[in-house]
Amino acid sequence: MSLAWVLTLGAFLFSVGVYGVLARKNAVLVLMSIELMLNSVNINLIAFNAWFRDSAAVGQIFALFIITVAAAEVGVGLAIVLLVFRNRKTINVDEVDLLKW
Amino acid sequence: MLAQTAFSLSSVNVHAVLPEIIITAALIIVLVVDLFLPDRAKSANAVISMAGVGGAAVALMSLIGTGTHRTFGGMFVLDGYAMLFKFLFLAVAAILIFMSVTYLNEVVRNIQGEFYFLLLTALLGMLVMPSARDLIALFIALETVTVPGFIIAGFKKHDNSSNEAAVKFFLFGVLSSAVMLFGMALIYGVTKSTNLYEIARVLSTKQYPMPIHHADSVVFASILLIIVGFGFKVSAVPFHFWAPDTYEGSPVPVAAFLSVASKAAGFAGLMQITFVAFGSHSSVWAPGFAILAALTMTVGNVIALQQKNIVRLLAYSSIAQAGYILIPLAVVANKSAAIQKEAFAAALTYILISMLFFLLSLAGMIPTAGFWAKFFVFRSAIGAGTLWLAAVMVANTLVGLYYYLSVGAKMYLREPKERGPIAVPYALVAAIVLMVIIVAAVTVYPDFFNHFSPRSTLVAF
Repeated sequence: MSLAWVLTLGAFLFSVGVYGVLARKNAVLVLMSIELMLNSVNINLIAFNAWFRDSAAVGQIFALFIITVAAAEVGVGLAIVLLVFRNRKTINVDEVDLLKW
Repeated sequence: MLAQTAFSLSSVNVHAVLPEIIITAALIIVLVVDLFLPDRAKSANAVISMAGVGGAAVALMSLIGTGTHRTFGGMFVLDGYAMLFKFLFLAVAAILIFMSVTYLNEVVRNIQGEFYFLLLTALLGMLVMPSARDLIALFIALETVTVPGFIIAGFKKHDNSSNEAAVKFFLFGVLSSAVMLFGMALIYGVTKSTNLYEIARVLSTKQYPMPIHHADSVVFASILLIIVGFGFKVSAVPFHFWAPDTYEGSPVPVAAFLSVASKAAGFAGLMQITFVAFGSHSSVWAPGFAILAALTMTVGNVIALQQKNIVRLLAYSSIAQAGYILIPLAVVANKSAAIQKEAFAAALTYILISMLFFLLSLAGMIPTAGFWAKFFVFRSAIGAGTLWLAAVMVANTLVGLYYYLSVGAKMYLREPKERGPIAVPYALVAAIVLMVIIVAAVTVYPDFFNHFSPRSTLVAF
């Protein structure tokens, strides 16, 4: 399979993620869109790693680190969203608007 | 090739990473000891944290004058530049702990252990940051600073503003990491390496490991993405929207942490990536930084003018500060080594001075005395011939002077509504005295920072 196809998939997933972050109102869906962006990075890294036949496997190791950090981030993020839901009874990011300008 | 050096535990230079090891030990001790402390004795966590910070400072002092250390296969480098930043971070951490003691006792008595644990974790990330010479290490260090920041921004659990501060900071923080990582993945795809020096070698010689079409466009895109990612971290306009809301909503010590410590860590990472890895492409990123710097200064100062809330005013002022710090990065493109050296020293000077003054202002003093620090930045802009940037800076300094002085006028010239002494906690006094001593020392001997650029491995002179 050509590298270009995999990179196109990565770029497409990244764009879907950016769209989701901008368009979604639900904090959990925004979180999932960000996960899509991080996974598109992983796809790119793995694709480059396979393309180079990198014996040091730098791309794969980088991807592993990203997966780990993303898991930690989701843990923290869901906790924050849960906290907001308890206090406000909403997770719509448009309604979290106490602080402005 | 550095990236492929065989790695074994015995090859780690333990002395070079001793400050980080001590902080790690301290944060584990805080986490465990906190379990056994009764609610009224939770302040003991602050003592353990201070001991850890002090121990790390002693370990770092033992490394002064021992030259440049490289360990972890070249991922971790301890040089004059890294040392300077580490001392700054340890000093700021000590001040933050002093500030937090009183605040936490008043606001959240029972969950203090977690706060100090998270603060020390962020400190660990900050200590690794200026030493990281590898994209993976930079990314991990950056996340170790930011992720605890998300939690402590929302530390007032039942306060809606604090919740909101955490949500906004989290969404922007994670988004900026994702954008930055996409750029890092692209640069790996061009150079087959994540080591900053190896990337610099490939990019300057253009000997790509695999034949690649339009390599320059890919490099351009990745530089752009990485700068955008770091732009969020250092709250440069137009990536600043989270900052005022987060500073206003989060607890005061956390606002100080975000606007000083985590921002300085972001600048350290940005300088490493731009000076080392993308040094050969400075004609691409330097004009970008010039526009970012001009925008950031102007927007930050103009919005600060109309603020009623002092924390929001300081937040916008802190955004404007980021603009001043970006100026030295903007003037280095295709210039002589002397100008690059001066710009580098100016950036270091300004980061350190402005951070300390910002802390002073959060602690209640008017930061007008910090204006001389802008002189170094101004001189580097003039020296490099970017006069328009110097002009924008002068205009902004005047705007800044106006609103700082109007705060001062309100503090001293108006009749107070309540009379009588205000109780000032001893810990806060200690923090202020510590900062004043540091600032006074640097004011007396301003050329101090010029000695650090020759000892850094960032810029080759």
